[in-house]
Amino acid sequence: MKKLMLCGVFALVAGQAFAAADTIKVGVVAEMSGTFADFGLQMTNGAKAYMKQHGDSVGGRKIELIIKDSTGPAPEVARRLAQELVVKDHVDFLAGFGLTPNAFAVAPIATEAKKPTIIMNAATSAITVKSPYIARVSFTLAQVTEPMAQWAYKSGLRKIYTVVADYGPGHDAEQTFKKAFTRLGGEVLGELRVPLKNPEFGPFVQRVKDSKPQAVFVFVPAGELAVGFMKAYEERGLAKAGIKLLSTGDVTDDAVIDALGDSALGVISTHQYSAAHPSPENTAFLAAYRQVDAKTRPNFMAVGGYDGMAAIYEVVRQLKGNVDGDKAMQLLKGMKLTSPRGPIQIDAATRDIVQNVYVREVKRVDGKLYNVEFESINAVKDPGK
Amino acid sequence: MLNLFGVLFDGLAYGTLLFLISVGLSITLGLMRFINLAHGVFAMTGGYLLVILMAHAGIGFVAALPIVFCVTALASLVLEHTLYRPVYKRTPLDQVLITVGIVFIAIASANFAFGPGQQPVQLPAALKGQLDAFGLELSRYRLFLMAVGAAITLALVFGLERTRMGAMIRASVDNRRTAQSMGIRVDRVFQITFAIGSGLAGLGGALGVNVLGLDPYFSLKYLVYFLLVVVVGGPGSVIGTLLAALLLGVADTAGKYYVPQLGAFVIYAAMIVLLLLFPHGLLGRRYAR
Repeated sequence: MKKLMLCGVFALVAGQAFAAADTIKVGVVAEMSGTFADFGLQMTNGAKAYMKQHGDSVGGRKIELIIKDSTGPAPEVARRLAQELVVKDHVDFLAGFGLTPNAFAVAPIATEAKKPTIIMNAATSAITVKSPYIARVSFTLAQVTEPMAQWAYKSGLRKIYTVVADYGPGHDAEQTFKKAFTRLGGEVLGELRVPLKNPEFGPFVQRVKDSKPQAVFVFVPAGELAVGFMKAYEERGLAKAGIKLLSTGDVTDDAVIDALGDSALGVISTHQYSAAHPSPENTAFLAAYRQVDAKTRPNFMAVGGYDGMAAIYEVVRQLKGNVDGDKAMQLLKGMKLTSPRGPIQIDAATRDIVQNVYVREVKRVDGKLYNVEFESINAVKDPGK
Repeated sequence: MLNLFGVLFDGLAYGTLLFLISVGLSITLGLMRFINLAHGVFAMTGGYLLVILMAHAGIGFVAALPIVFCVTALASLVLEHTLYRPVYKRTPLDQVLITVGIVFIAIASANFAFGPGQQPVQLPAALKGQLDAFGLELSRYRLFLMAVGAAITLALVFGLERTRMGAMIRASVDNRRTAQSMGIRVDRVFQITFAIGSGLAGLGGALGVNVLGLDPYFSLKYLVYFLLVVVVGGPGSVIGTLLAALLLGVADTAGKYYVPQLGAFVIYAAMIVLLLLFPHGLLGRRYAR
C-alpha cells in the first residue's frame, strides 16, 4: 500500500515537472484589490481577452497566466511577488504593472533574472530606463500630453490653467504641457496640484474659474479623481463661463465615462485608445473582451493587457517555444503590432512604445458616451527621453 | 470679498454633508458608548441604495432619499441584533475589531456586487448648476444640502430635548439602571437610537454621492473625516457635531482655495488646534469612565 502511494506521489511530481516544461508561464503583477482594483481588472481582462481570441497555446506551448495582487501602489509587495514568480513559479515573462512605483520596484529583479518584463500600463517615462529587460506597450504621459498642448495652441487657445494630481506622473504632465505650450507662445496662468486623496474638488475648481483662463488642462489618474473633477467642473459652471476642458484620456477614460454623465460632453482629450476607434481589430477586441467580462467596458488599460499578450505570443511564436531572456528582448526591440488602437511599435533603442496619439471629443454615440477621434498625430515617440 | 462669501458658502455646505454622515456616529459613540467604526458602511449602503433605486427602479432623486433613510435604518437593526449586541459590554478593543471586520466585509461585498469603479448618479435638473444671488454664484445642490442639514438638526434637537422618546434616551444614557427600574426598556431605546443614527448616515451617504463620490472603499476612505468631526464636536452632542462639521468644512474649503499648496492638510491642522483648545470636544459631555 505504502509503495503504491509512493508511486502515486512520484507520478504526480513527475507530471508537474512535465507540465512545467510544457507551458510558458506569464507572471502578472497587477493591482487586483484596493482603490486601484479596476487597473488590475482591466489589464488582466485584456490579457485574457487576447487568449480567448487567439487560443491559449502558441509555438507548440501552452500559455498560462499567473496573476498576483500588488494591492495598490506598494513597491515592496510588487517586488516580493515578482521574486516569488521568478523563483517559485519559474515564470518566463513578467507583465502587468498598473502603477509606476510597482514597475520601478521590479526593474532590478527583471535585470538580475533576465526576465522579459512587459509594462501594460504604468506611464512614467523613466521606467524603461531602469532595466534593459523592460519593454512597454502602454503609453507615457508625456507622449499624450505634448500633442494636447500643440492642439490647444493650434485651435487658438493662449491662456491656460493646469490642474494635475500631486504625484510623479502629475508633475510630468504639468511640466510637459507647460514646456510645449509656452514654447509655442502660449501662457500658463497658473498651476494647481491636488492631493491624490481628495474628497472635494470645489475650491480648486473655483480658483481656476476666478482666474478666467480660456481653458483648463487636467491630468488626474482615471477613476475617482476624474469623476470628482468633472462633477466640480459641471457644478461650478466652468463650461458656461467659456472655460474649455482639455485633458489626457485618463479623465474621460472609457470605463468611467458613463459615470461622468452629460457634463463630459464636449471635453477634448488626447490619448492612444478609444473604444470608439473604427477598425476591425478594435471590433474583434471588444467582442473578445465581452466574452471575458460583459459587465465592465474595456479602456486603454485593457488594451495594454491585450497588446502585452500579443507581444508575448509573438516572441514565443518566433522562438518556437524556447524562451530565452536576451533573445526575447532582441525580438521585442522594434516589434510592430496592429493593436486595437492602431499601429504600434516598440522602439528598438528605448524599448518604449511608438504610437498614434488621437485628439478626441466626448460625444453621445448610440445612447452612450464615447471619445470620438477627429485628429491623429502619427507615430509619436516618448518626448520624455 | 465675493470670494470670501463664496468660500464660506461652499465650506458650510461641505460641513453640512460631513454633519449628516457623522451625527449618527456621534450619537452611538456618545450615548451608547459603542465604538462603531463600521458607521461609514451605513453611509455607503445609503449611497448604493440611491444608485439602485434611481437606475433600476426609476425613482426620482428626492423621492429616493426617505426610502434610503428607512431601508438603511432597518438594515442596521438587523446588524445590531445579530452582531453588535453581543459586544456592547465587551472591551473597546473587541468593539473596534468586530466593526473593522464589518468594514472589510462590506468593501469586499460592494466590490463583488458593483465592481471597483465609481457609481454614477444623475441629479434632477432643478438641483443642477448654479444660482445667481447678489452677484454670488451659489450651487443649487449645496443650497439643497444646507436646507436638509438645517431640517435634520432642528428635528434632532427637538426630538432629544422635547419629546418623550428623547427624554427616555437621555435617561437611559445618564443612568441605565435607574432608567430600567423606572420601566424604560433600555435595550429598545438603544435600538431605536442606533437605527436613527444609521438611517441618517445612509441619508448622508446618498446625498454625498454627488460630492464625495461612491466606490467600495467609501467607508474606509472617509472614516478619518467622520471620526474627526465627532471627536472635535464632542461625542454625543448634536450641536457640537454640527459646529465641528461646519468649522472643519470651512477650514478645508478655505485652505484649498487660498493655499492650494497645503491642500488637504489644513483640515488636520484645524483639528489639532481645536483639540488643544477643547480636549473634550467643542460641546463634549465629560462623562467619567
